[in-house]
Amino acid sequence: MKLKHRYIPMTDQDRDEMLSAIGVATIDELFEDIPEKARFKGELNIKQAKSESALTKELAQLAAKNADARTYASFLGAGVYDHYKPIIVDHVISRSEFYTAYTPYQPEISQGELQAIFEFQTMICELTGMDIANSSMYDGGTALAEAGTMAAGHTRRKKILVSETVHPESRDVVAAYAAGQYIEVVTIPQKDGVTDMAQLEELLDDNTAGVLVQYPNFFGQVEDIQKIGEMAHDKGGLLVVSANPLALGVLTPPGKLGADITVGDAQPFGIAEQFGGPHCGYFASTKKLMRKMPGRLVGETTDEEGRRGYVLTLQAREQHIRRDKATSNICSNQALNALAASVAMTALGKVGVKEIAYQNIAKTAYAKNAFEKAGFEVKYGGAHFNEIVVKVNKSVKEINAKLLDKGFIGGYDLGLTYPELSNHVLIAVTEQRTKEEIDALVQEMEALHA
Amino acid sequence: MHKDNQPLIFEITKEGRIGYSLPELDVPEIDLSSHLPNGFLREESADLPEVSELDIMRHYTALSNRNHGVDTGFYPLGSCTMKYNPKINEFVARIPGFANIHPLQDESTVQGAMEMMYDLQQHLSEITGMDEVTLQPAAGAHGEWTALMMIRAFHEANGESNRTKVLVPDSAHGTNPASATVAGFDTVTIKTNEFGLVDIEDLKSKVDQDTAAFMLTNPNTLGLFERDVLEISEIIHGVGGKMYYDGANLNAIMAKVRPGDMGFDAVHLNLHKTFTGPHGGGGPGSGPVGVTSELAPFLPKPVLVKKDDQYTFEYDLPQSIGRVKPFYGNFGIYLRAYTYIRSMGPDGLKAVTEYAVLNANYMMRKLQPYFDLPYTQHCMHEFVLSGRRQKKLGVRTLDMAKRLLDFGFHPPTIYFPLNVEEGMMIEPTETESKETLDSFIEAMIQIANEVEETPEIVQEAPHTTVINRLDETKAARQPVLRYIKEEELVAVKS
Repeated sequence: MKLKHRYIPMTDQDRDEMLSAIGVATIDELFEDIPEKARFKGELNIKQAKSESALTKELAQLAAKNADARTYASFLGAGVYDHYKPIIVDHVISRSEFYTAYTPYQPEISQGELQAIFEFQTMICELTGMDIANSSMYDGGTALAEAGTMAAGHTRRKKILVSETVHPESRDVVAAYAAGQYIEVVTIPQKDGVTDMAQLEELLDDNTAGVLVQYPNFFGQVEDIQKIGEMAHDKGGLLVVSANPLALGVLTPPGKLGADITVGDAQPFGIAEQFGGPHCGYFASTKKLMRKMPGRLVGETTDEEGRRGYVLTLQAREQHIRRDKATSNICSNQALNALAASVAMTALGKVGVKEIAYQNIAKTAYAKNAFEKAGFEVKYGGAHFNEIVVKVNKSVKEINAKLLDKGFIGGYDLGLTYPELSNHVLIAVTEQRTKEEIDALVQEMEALHA
Repeated sequence: MHKDNQPLIFEITKEGRIGYSLPELDVPEIDLSSHLPNGFLREESADLPEVSELDIMRHYTALSNRNHGVDTGFYPLGSCTMKYNPKINEFVARIPGFANIHPLQDESTVQGAMEMMYDLQQHLSEITGMDEVTLQPAAGAHGEWTALMMIRAFHEANGESNRTKVLVPDSAHGTNPASATVAGFDTVTIKTNEFGLVDIEDLKSKVDQDTAAFMLTNPNTLGLFERDVLEISEIIHGVGGKMYYDGANLNAIMAKVRPGDMGFDAVHLNLHKTFTGPHGGGGPGSGPVGVTSELAPFLPKPVLVKKDDQYTFEYDLPQSIGRVKPFYGNFGIYLRAYTYIRSMGPDGLKAVTEYAVLNANYMMRKLQPYFDLPYTQHCMHEFVLSGRRQKKLGVRTLDMAKRLLDFGFHPPTIYFPLNVEEGMMIEPTETESKETLDSFIEAMIQIANEVEETPEIVQEAPHTTVINRLDETKAARQPVLRYIKEEELVAVKS
């Protein structure tokens, strides 16, 4: 082998010395157990290697084909948001002692990661008002799905109710996970942009494991989750809330409103959009459900000399111990993104998290007013967070194509997932959008409306 | 507080300090209490830290100094493929045209991202010998479950709902049986024979018309190639079952043998292992799944297709198992994997495998005189030693692992696989130099000598870390899973 590569340090001399220590003449002999008939011969039909600079150039050109939120003013949300990302976040997660480590199996040399996760768990508890939180999940959608199956496991019931106001993609994931364990999923219709309470009342029965709702919901509306929780509890089911953690800077936390499980995605805290992933699911619950919780948990303890330290704990819940008795197969978590979210939550802090949430509401209220003044119908009159539903008189796809030319990434086309809401667009206004951008968007849309 | 405790961020907080920079509000103020009626307005603030930007940086720098990564030192954690994480990957993932694009943008505005995804799928198809690939699963275990759900849907579509059994070797990763369970299957365990391989007789006795699939890691978790794999495929296919390939150990076989050519019908890959993800302290990972064309109709939604030089997501898939994850998988991670594959090329990937296997065999033969080696044939990219010789002298594998910390090494995976007593699973990877391998070998030999001469040095290890062995029983019996202020703790206790 003549190949030289910056990631492979072996020299010809090294190789020859090692082969002789092993007692074989060629590397090929080490592969003798592979049956001749199955062996791959020749060269893989993939692209040839490129040098560092050539590859960087090629991939930068590919990236330039995409419209990004640094170049365009984005009003697209629908579960993934363009928020303030404190620059310090990237500096912390670029420390390679964090990103080149794996799961902290050896606590003596992993205290940094373990403590960071313990702090993450604490911050999630603070925001959600729940007793305990785990080290993270893949994302908000799969966290909600795991909460659904956990509710079924805990109550030993086989039906879960999901509000139509939950993110459509999350609802799809809930359905796929539930199918795996033969759990029935029933959708509670929406009415006026929130969960239809009368329908919920009718659908709830003694076989309902839990009710899954979103807070604020997919349309940006703040749901009365306390009422929904009371109704679910009356039938012996659990209240599962999927909450935007940034909104919890000003919203009453689900833990105070009767939630048994609160999940969501910490993407709004310092995590790049990245075309949808990786983001950072979180999972929090009451203390009562602690031993049913999926994923990794970090706990505090002490060493022989009384020093405080952190370890992975309550591992009897997890797949590597339970194997075929497991109720969740999750193995990895999103540690690096949980770290990013922790740094962002720390940077914002007690005061900043309220301020950023307040700004989202104020800017969205301003946008709502501006749209209405321009003659648009803004649907749903309840309390909103950072999204509103605006009715338009032509296809959203057509409008967004025109807006792109003017430097905007338009809102989400609700007709894609709610057929009755064709020609309705979900507009997200985060603290990143300036008054000028909002005014300009409304003006452009007004011009297109005519 | 103990003087050696590392303060929590909550313990250095001081009211009035801030670490953020938000713009002044440029729209009219609103009255939150009237905007959020009905008890929606939060009364008590979330008690997040109040610290300056320098406080934050010092805090996390201190934490990073209490953490060992591949960039810190050798990390031969078996089955985890802790190879070097190239820095070009990190650079590419942060280009705004990749980092700051929204998954729900119109497809015409993200063609560059979709082109990369499509090309990566083609590359992974070729590397694994499978017909179709989905990038959606977020991690290896998620990929296992996704593929098993597809296999279940395939059997159901053929009117064979009776196929409820998934066969798994006793040496398999814990995720295999767990994934089978959450995909609605019953797990049947297959024994390992005297050579560390699947016991064919046991397999034959357990396989029947109710078999949905056989899950196999090859090389297996002992680091041994399942040389009877073609016969195993015949047995499983003979009863109408599907062969599932756990790709955790793909680093051992690239360009040498492909899962598709061994008879596998479905494969998951761990891009954070073989393809330099990175590991991130426990994630995020990425677990694409490759399948044969027979299973392709069941792929999760959406499926990426190319039509007239445009890339588009296909949603109209009547037999699909549905959506396994919002959006399109862990794009930021598989972008890194793509960058890695393009940095290596076909020769490079072949060299990766050859040197990964050479390194493992070299270490195995050098250590063989000092530790028990349960299976003596050539290994692939990793090998498993047993500490039973040392156990007889009163020193356990756990002790030896802790002693390795004093030499600056991350220990191997220990007590796994379950069928080796006092197991130590060592995977050096191809990115380590001979000098590094030799220094680890010397440390292991020194420890073996210490076990015989001064066992207490090993039993009481580690001696040089910031903290000693922690009381895990206490952590589990009296769980403390979050920080509570000292004054509040006092209030709770009184």
